[in-house]
Amino acid sequence: MKIIVCVKQVPDTSGVVAVKEDGTMDRAAMATISNPDDMNALEAALQIKETNKDVKVVVVSMGPPPTESMLRECLARGADEAYLISAREFGGADTWATSSTITAAIEKIGVEKDDIVLCGRQAIDGDTAQVGPQIAEKLGLPQVTYVTAIDYKDGKLTVRRALEDGYMTIGVETPCVLTCIKELNEPRYMSVSGIMECYAKPYTVWDFEALKDSKWISAVENVGLRGSPTQVYKSFSPPVKGKGTMMEGADKAACEQLVSILGEKHII
Amino acid sequence: MAFNSKDTAAFKGVWVFCEQRDGVILGTGYQLLSEGRKLADDLGVELCGVLLGSGVNEQFAKALGGYGADKVYVCDHPLLKDYTTDAYTKVLCDLVEEYKPEIFLIGATNIGRDLGPRVAARLHTGLTADCTHLDIDVEKYKAFLKTTSTIDVDNTKFEDSKNLKMTRPAFGGHLMATIVCPDYRPQMSTVRPGVMQTAPYNEETAARTQLVKIDVQLSESDIHVDLIEIKKSAKKLVDLIGADVVVAVGRGISANPKRGIEIAEELANVLGGVVGASRAVVDAGLISQDHQVGQTGKTVHPKIYVALGISGAIQHLAGMQDSEVIISVNKNASAPIFDASTYGIVGDLFKVGPMLTEAIAKYKAAKA
Repeated sequence: MKIIVCVKQVPDTSGVVAVKEDGTMDRAAMATISNPDDMNALEAALQIKETNKDVKVVVVSMGPPPTESMLRECLARGADEAYLISAREFGGADTWATSSTITAAIEKIGVEKDDIVLCGRQAIDGDTAQVGPQIAEKLGLPQVTYVTAIDYKDGKLTVRRALEDGYMTIGVETPCVLTCIKELNEPRYMSVSGIMECYAKPYTVWDFEALKDSKWISAVENVGLRGSPTQVYKSFSPPVKGKGTMMEGADKAACEQLVSILGEKHII
Repeated sequence: MAFNSKDTAAFKGVWVFCEQRDGVILGTGYQLLSEGRKLADDLGVELCGVLLGSGVNEQFAKALGGYGADKVYVCDHPLLKDYTTDAYTKVLCDLVEEYKPEIFLIGATNIGRDLGPRVAARLHTGLTADCTHLDIDVEKYKAFLKTTSTIDVDNTKFEDSKNLKMTRPAFGGHLMATIVCPDYRPQMSTVRPGVMQTAPYNEETAARTQLVKIDVQLSESDIHVDLIEIKKSAKKLVDLIGADVVVAVGRGISANPKRGIEIAEELANVLGGVVGASRAVVDAGLISQDHQVGQTGKTVHPKIYVALGISGAIQHLAGMQDSEVIISVNKNASAPIFDASTYGIVGDLFKVGPMLTEAIAKYKAAKA
């Protein structure tokens, strides 16, 4: 069986965020990390590989050429093969166009009866959680999102899906798409031998030409910014509010003064 | 004729997916209907609720009109009792293809965020995730920007159209983006729970609600998953979104997390509120995730928000900055939380917290 893991290299949004004039993010100007949920997806794949025979873990990513560093890292963690989907034509894609392009690549890799496609629930740059389900729809596969536990035995897949106030236990046919969240597992580090081997493992780059015959692409108008139903109308920064009233000191008197202000203004 | 999502002129009306669990409609549905009513009025079109379930209670369906729905599509089928992606996607897409709404809003719950992208992909249209603000009218949008952005609104050109302007936080809340979907219909959006305000229930409009019963075409073979069990967590979850007062703790409690949470609980008790937390505290496993406020947690706008030992990362601010009054206690005078606060005390939460509780208790006792 094969497990295809969709991964994304994302700007570290906890650091400095650079924005271009057109309202899109200036990715080149920012530090990047492997998207956290995607690493839980990779870990889940590697765990299934460890406990089952003949499992191949394939990582797929769409992004600019520097994405190679993340894919090599995935290989160093234990993935067997990597595919980078990278072309100028794919740039500026919304979730519709992104999922079309990734679907084209996954179909080219091939999805067989026993296979599983794993994604992170969402990427921290967009937080949309849309690409996983949209890949599932375009591949015509069942999906389970927000997966917190995977039980895979003798080709039978049972997963646990988080709800706000509990969980669902779901049996799902393969092939299928699962999107993973951090409660699922603790991603492993790269091993020394993994790092040694990661440049010897199969690594393929697919550009627009390589994927254009897919029914999900077929023409350049169907990918990237031009193939995206949604467009940015305006983007803006939230204003910085003026500082409020700072109390003098931090003692009992300061607390009592604050409480009396709250009382006067009928806040309490 | 085949369904064509690019034939924008063929689409009319605003729809809201009203999610039910165990036969009870979630508050998000009422919030979205209240908001959808304004959008429908701006467009001069109907507002419709869409209700899927098994043995749907007609009174519940009618009641959706009390929050603004002119019409409710009721899809009642044994296979719609509990949510499955396959069944709900099929029924909703069949409905959209037949009745062609121009706008379709879905609550960004764990289920809405599973369903929305699948429906949008099948229909070939755009979907904007986790919106916090919606506009049709450009003038209203400009008024919104005047209070929430640094844009020089009067000297900026805005494309005038009746397209839905869907605003959401992007890049972890560092930026707000307004998204449009000009060439495809329906314009779809998931909306964060708790962001839109529920309008007062109107009995007159509820009585007038038109119910449309849909002949649901669905069979076992449409569903490729087997829902084995739904389990509610035993613990009662905190109702952050509905609370008038939230006392939230941040990394500042890490010296003594147990005492820190206790202090927050005591303060919350005297104010009649609940305890919230920043992502750092939840990630460290000090408190459960249902307490989390912020970009990846819940959006709250209580009357009073007290931030104890919270530095005010932009992800956290995104979830609480619209609170009416924000009171912050932090040891670090340059913590960004003070820039968002109505009142600030620079001090140690372990000392200031209990003193505040005492002062409030004393004030309330004197007033009683």
